[in-house]
Amino acid sequence: MTTTDPQSDFTETVHGVYVIVTILASIVFVVVLATILVLAIVFRERPGREARQFHGNTRLEIVWTIIPVAIVAIIAVPTFFAIADTTDPPPEDAITIEVTGHQWWFEFNYVDEGLITGNEIHIPAGQPVSFVLESADVIHSFWIPQLVGKMDLVPGHTTGLWFTANDDAARSEAYLGQCAEFCGLSHANMRFRVFVDTPADYATWVANQNADRTTPSTDALIAGEELFLASACVGCHTVNGTSAVGGRVGPDLSHIGSRETLAAGIMENNRENLIAWISNPENEKPGVVLMPAFENLMTPEQIESIADYLLSLK
Amino acid sequence: MAAAAQIEHHASSTGTDNRKLLMWIFLGSECLFFGSLLATYLIFKGEPTTATNDHGLLMIPANLLDIPLTSQSTFVLLMSSLTMVLAVYGAQTNRLKMMKLWLLATIVLGLIFIGYQVFEFTTFGNEGLNLSTNQFGASFFLLTGFHGVHVGIGVLYLGSLLLASFRRTGLGPEAGVHVELAGLYWHFVDIVWIVLFTVIYLIPA
Amino acid sequence: MATAAETIALPTESAYESGIWSWITTVDHKRIGTLYAVTGFIFFLVGGFEAMLIRAQLAVPNGTVIDASLYNQLFGMHALTMIFLAVMPMGAGFFNYMIPLMIGARDVAFPRLNALSYWIFLFGALLLTSSVLFGGGPDAGWFAYAPLTSEQFSPGRNMDFYVLGILTLGVSSMAAALNFAVTIINMRAPGMMMMRLPVFVWMTLIISFLLILALPPLTVALTQLLFDRHYTTHFLDPNGGGDPLLWQHLFWTFGHPEVYVLILPAMGIVSETLPVFSKKPLFGYRAIVFSGIAIGFLGWAVWAHHMYTTGLGPVQQSIFAGTTMTIGIPTGIKIFNWMATMYGGSIRFTTSMYFAVSFLATFTIGGISGVMHASPPIDTQQQDTYWVVAHLHYVLMGGAVMGIFSGIYYWFPKMTGRFLDEGLGKLHFWLFFIGMNMTFFPMHFLGTAGMPRRIYTYDSGLGWDFWNMFATIGSLVITVALLVFIFNFFRSMRTEPNAPNNPWNAPGLEWATSSPPPEHDFDVIPEVRDRDPLWYDRDNGHAPAEPVPGTHIHLPPPSYYPILMALGTLLLAVGPLTHLAITALGIPVIIYSIWGWALEPTD
Repeated sequence: MTTTDPQSDFTETVHGVYVIVTILASIVFVVVLATILVLAIVFRERPGREARQFHGNTRLEIVWTIIPVAIVAIIAVPTFFAIADTTDPPPEDAITIEVTGHQWWFEFNYVDEGLITGNEIHIPAGQPVSFVLESADVIHSFWIPQLVGKMDLVPGHTTGLWFTANDDAARSEAYLGQCAEFCGLSHANMRFRVFVDTPADYATWVANQNADRTTPSTDALIAGEELFLASACVGCHTVNGTSAVGGRVGPDLSHIGSRETLAAGIMENNRENLIAWISNPENEKPGVVLMPAFENLMTPEQIESIADYLLSLK
Repeated sequence: MAAAAQIEHHASSTGTDNRKLLMWIFLGSECLFFGSLLATYLIFKGEPTTATNDHGLLMIPANLLDIPLTSQSTFVLLMSSLTMVLAVYGAQTNRLKMMKLWLLATIVLGLIFIGYQVFEFTTFGNEGLNLSTNQFGASFFLLTGFHGVHVGIGVLYLGSLLLASFRRTGLGPEAGVHVELAGLYWHFVDIVWIVLFTVIYLIPA
Repeated sequence: MATAAETIALPTESAYESGIWSWITTVDHKRIGTLYAVTGFIFFLVGGFEAMLIRAQLAVPNGTVIDASLYNQLFGMHALTMIFLAVMPMGAGFFNYMIPLMIGARDVAFPRLNALSYWIFLFGALLLTSSVLFGGGPDAGWFAYAPLTSEQFSPGRNMDFYVLGILTLGVSSMAAALNFAVTIINMRAPGMMMMRLPVFVWMTLIISFLLILALPPLTVALTQLLFDRHYTTHFLDPNGGGDPLLWQHLFWTFGHPEVYVLILPAMGIVSETLPVFSKKPLFGYRAIVFSGIAIGFLGWAVWAHHMYTTGLGPVQQSIFAGTTMTIGIPTGIKIFNWMATMYGGSIRFTTSMYFAVSFLATFTIGGISGVMHASPPIDTQQQDTYWVVAHLHYVLMGGAVMGIFSGIYYWFPKMTGRFLDEGLGKLHFWLFFIGMNMTFFPMHFLGTAGMPRRIYTYDSGLGWDFWNMFATIGSLVITVALLVFIFNFFRSMRTEPNAPNNPWNAPGLEWATSSPPPEHDFDVIPEVRDRDPLWYDRDNGHAPAEPVPGTHIHLPPPSYYPILMALGTLLLAVGPLTHLAITALGIPVIIYSIWGWALEPTD
């Protein structure tokens, strides 16, 4: 989540201003603090020392009015340029992703590619990606420190930001993002991951996400799917290629097996965690009441069966 | 020989009585109060609405506000400022009967204004406009409602002065100051109404 | 009918009543100031306790000390407690005690209104704090953004306590601000021209006007929130045509001037103590006063810098960036002027001076991070992260609280007739200074490492673990510092009250009377000839004036109407939380109080 390793045009612009200001700030910090220290030492009371009685010095006061004005000017110029840069509308050829903030997860809708996912996204390096930001409930904020500064998702408004990840930003490890506006009980648990792919890998990912879910290949998985489709899960979740279509209260689960994390980035996506989550989501994530605790509705074996099924949806 | 007992007077660095200074500064804060309510009204003014009543009447100012009627109440309030001036004059020149008469007149006119407001609110309510109808309803009622409350407090204020003036000691040697303070408040409430009347009723969306 | 010459004896100290009833009905600014100061300090400890729980939870990743619900209440209450129940009241303690003395008056313009302010503050503070016991404290942060605060997303009474508590406290602050504005403008001793006023008095005047003008927009915002929650309006609800950003604009129109309300008094205090302990006049008095006035004006033009990330366009971002950076200029000027006050001095390092000098350093650090936030592009990385937490604590702990402690050690002899022990004082200072920097400097690093604020827990492996633990240890050091102070306080109160009138050889009028002052403050109202009256009189051989025999000093009599009216106000506020019948009960109490108050004899 570091803010000092920019990997996009946006964050590099911001970092540029940050470096200038930080250098200035450090100079002011050192000079002022050192001066205070020196003054305290040099002018401490000593026998025979008289304090010099003066009320002011106009010339000096003018000088140290000009200095802050100059510092402000030095900060202002790159600031205004960076404001212009970062508030430009996105280019025509940008990949557009509609983001909807929910308590406490991010929904992503790739408008052009026609795919919907949650909490983890892939984007190509070297291509502009534009995020259109809205909220389904309260104010959230969308922030990927290494790729883009934050922008709030305000219900009733549409905001947005866009950036182009550097060509050499492509890597297998995710870039971390997190909601940055207090949004209720599990604000701390509203995280997301951004994978920057090479254009080729991105195309592969899109194709996979667009495809229907991985057809269950074993009897156990088939049974798991049947159980899933017969249960309350389908009221809120969608799995493309099955009858579970239209449920958008919770994240799209068509390819949940391919995600690194669960429940908006708060735990590793593995069997044990998935079972715990399904069994009692509120236990893992305070305040989650929309998803029932399935340990009250199913047997442990049933939950395990569904978990195995979901993990197979790569 | 009585020694001159020197009573220290509270110094007034500006020559203005402390209480008058207090009232003026307080009215400054009231400007911000009504200003914020007015800003809210203006933010939502003109916003399209689909709210209609049972008869399909769209709940917008043009369909609801009765300018001729509200002009009457505005006139009443303006006249009450005139009677207030007369009450202050009476108090300051020790014409206590005059003061009491015009205090009463101001109170009556203030009550009439409030009566008009109650009538208007009830009429709007019957026509389907309330706090929850749309943004016009919410911001209109909050803005004019708070103004009405201020008029009501003013009526109570003047009423207290009138009542106290019937004591054996009346309003005391500083009757002029007391009534003048009330006058400042009353005129302010009137000026606020003029602004409200202009913005809400006279200026079209 | 000859009458003998009447000589009325000046009230002596023994005329000063004791006992609880005398405190409850007091209208004496010194007693009210003491009440504010002690109450404020107790709430400072409460806020500190809330902070300790927060730090305990954040010491390690995935901490389990407290759960999300309690954490979210704690960070909201911590801010509300520190801002409204600690820093502002401790400032009010000094305003009350010192302003009349500093301007050569015998009390404030409206003594009963002054008492009313205190009692409404106390009841409002108890109301707000009691929320934790009655369903939960406000858990949407101190600036409570809509629509999280709507009835839909905040069912329960937490946010109702917020609205009613702050409305109540706002009445208290408004009354006090009005009182001080009139007092400072209208009750100055002969010769006390505006440009001879102590800087502390100027700062109090400025913040009084800030409060008077900033509280109304907050009142409107709170009213809209209340109505949205309970009376079917949709001011802040996008589903009804409203706009959550309306809350933000109204709140920050109050909120930004409010932060200047928090810091200007401390700036006033160090403007008093730095010259005294450097043994030379304040450097650039006019510049410091005009900078304060400039900050007062400019403070209204910067509010949307709290909203840079809400989708403001480039024009709005640029305007507010410009105004925000500009406000750093008068602030910087003040710092340089204070430093120049030390230059050429013969500095006596009392504990008060330690805190004042530290203020210069730690407040500057807070100012620097503030200027960084002022740049919208930088702010896209710093907003809502521990950068802001670092900034605000440097300006508030490193600024306001440091200034307050400087004032406490400075004015303690004047207020109590005793001295706080200097040895313990220095121990307090160093522990506090070290603890404060240990706790909050690492937060700059945490912000740089991308840690968002207001999160009850965090994962390991993000580079946040070490500095969070470090900060928690720092907070323990602060706790020890405060324990040393409390011990020092109680120990000092056990010593003999024999402090002289002017133990620090200071120039201000408050040092022209005894320590503590008699009930009537001055035997004779001084005549002021210079900005540093006592130094001028000393240097020019003016002796203090002798009291004129036969002078009757009129002091306002005590009254129980202020506390009664405050009680009525509390009833008004409690009603909506429980039974509206209680509100109905409050109305006759208030009417009775106003009537009694108006007809009460005042001489």
